[in-house]
Amino acid sequence: MQHVNWVALSIFVALFGFITWLGFAAARWRKGDLDLLQEWGLGGRRFGTVITWFLVGGDLYTAYTFVAVPALAFGAGAVAFFAVPYTILIYPILFLVFPRLWHVCHKHGYITAGDFVRGRFRNRWLALAITLTGIVATMPYIALQLVGIQVVIGALGVSGSGFVADLPLLVAFAVLAAFTYSSGLRAPASIAIVKDILIYITAFTAVIVIPMQLGGFGRIFAAVPHAQLLLAVPGPHSTGAYSAYATLALGSALALFLYPHSLTAILSASSGAAIRRNAAMLPGYSFVLGLLALLGFFAIAAGVKGLPEFADGFKQFGNNFAVPALLLHSFPAWFVGVAFAAIGIGALVPAAIMSIAAANLYTRNIHREFINKNPTDKQEAQMAKWASLIVKVGALVFILGVPTKYAIQLQLLGGIWIIQTLPAVLLGAYTRWFNSWALLLGWAAGMFAGTAMAVAVQLTPAYPLHFAGYLFPGYTAFYTLVLNLVLAVVLTPVFNALSTRQATLDETAAADYYA
Amino acid sequence: MNPTAQQRRGWSWWYLLFVVQFAGVLWPPFYSSAEPSWAGVPFFYWYQMLWVIVSAVLTAIVYFATTK
Repeated sequence: MQHVNWVALSIFVALFGFITWLGFAAARWRKGDLDLLQEWGLGGRRFGTVITWFLVGGDLYTAYTFVAVPALAFGAGAVAFFAVPYTILIYPILFLVFPRLWHVCHKHGYITAGDFVRGRFRNRWLALAITLTGIVATMPYIALQLVGIQVVIGALGVSGSGFVADLPLLVAFAVLAAFTYSSGLRAPASIAIVKDILIYITAFTAVIVIPMQLGGFGRIFAAVPHAQLLLAVPGPHSTGAYSAYATLALGSALALFLYPHSLTAILSASSGAAIRRNAAMLPGYSFVLGLLALLGFFAIAAGVKGLPEFADGFKQFGNNFAVPALLLHSFPAWFVGVAFAAIGIGALVPAAIMSIAAANLYTRNIHREFINKNPTDKQEAQMAKWASLIVKVGALVFILGVPTKYAIQLQLLGGIWIIQTLPAVLLGAYTRWFNSWALLLGWAAGMFAGTAMAVAVQLTPAYPLHFAGYLFPGYTAFYTLVLNLVLAVVLTPVFNALSTRQATLDETAAADYYA
Repeated sequence: MNPTAQQRRGWSWWYLLFVVQFAGVLWPPFYSSAEPSWAGVPFFYWYQMLWVIVSAVLTAIVYFATTK
């Protein structure tokens, strides 16, 4: 590994120190009683349009995204750009569905998707399925955030063997755990402001300065292998890379807001209007993500993979090292410190929100539902704080104990799993037509088929669907969602015929979904 | 339908503007080409980046049109 980059490391540590202080100080920000779960776990639902913009942006556009998307462009080319249509299509969904969910959750004190489904369909087993899916899909996502930190720490030249090698990650993790425990959602909300400003500075500087160094965009795109510059043209009787690209974008967009951390950030907004305004403002982050994807091509043009000083980094982190190597290659050490801090802090914000979201789910929909049915408010908040610690320790053990490859594969499976909650949560926000047992069976079929299909293609995202003599490669999550929906629709009349009490139980009223 | 009933059902014709975004980016054969390039950037890339801006503008239009 290269020598320790002291200037960059000092800036990195200083910025980390600052956000650590900020994370603890956040407990006193818009002060609320942190012994209430909705204060600790949703920031009291008081964040206005601007804070929500920083929080949701810091939450959805994670450090791992900012490392992995350019890494995919670096290794595989055009297909990485699916992140752009993906993050365009999430906003109509945000605009239409989530103000409704916000209103009904606000009205009934719901904190999680499990709470909502429990109230809407009055089926604790469906709520449990939604809850477990959320927790299981979130865990590898947290682990991947820690990978983001690992990569930049490695790129700063900090290395060692055994326990010492893991020490920086343990310190970052301890900081994360401590401020999340003490300040709840207020900590990532305040830190997100710093993180997002750093990310914007890094992205715009990189996209202006590096092409000037490399002689313009024409030369950069000329350096990309010709076959990777565009999507491959499909052969006969196949929709090829086109259908894979489109379903990957659409399926990812449908799945994103079903993740518990997305819902947590959205429910912390102060009004449905704040959410709608954000649907128009959040594409600012999509634009930055598109620019950052191009960094993968910059890295190809700069030839960082062939430089001897980066050989160890690529060996250890694979293509995820492309962006750190490019930044080290192109910028003075002090700016590298700023950029790496943006990635490192960018990992802490979503990791904190994810652990809070998973803790909210466990506390509300498992502990309260099945273990202690009548906790005091204080007991409930305390349970969530402990659960957030356990979730993070689990992610840490995972990332230190097993190869990164498995975290990536599990995160892929997580996307396939979480999308199976769409009929109950997203469609549930619009209609209670579905029978809850039909939803549960649709969910189970989607989970089972999705996992089997993903395993059949060695845990890659696209499944080659053969139909009527044609080949339709597409995102497994998307195909299994269709299966899930068809089953839910077909089985609903069947289950309704077996029982008549279903429709009367909904504890939400149509008026609860509006301002 | 009177405006109150429309509001209660939560539907506005302005929402059809969202369909435009889906149509614009979900048909890759339309934009997976190098030409016309712009300042050295192949069509595939600047077209999709342009849609980020267009979609934000469309969403803002829907917001202002549906908020009283």
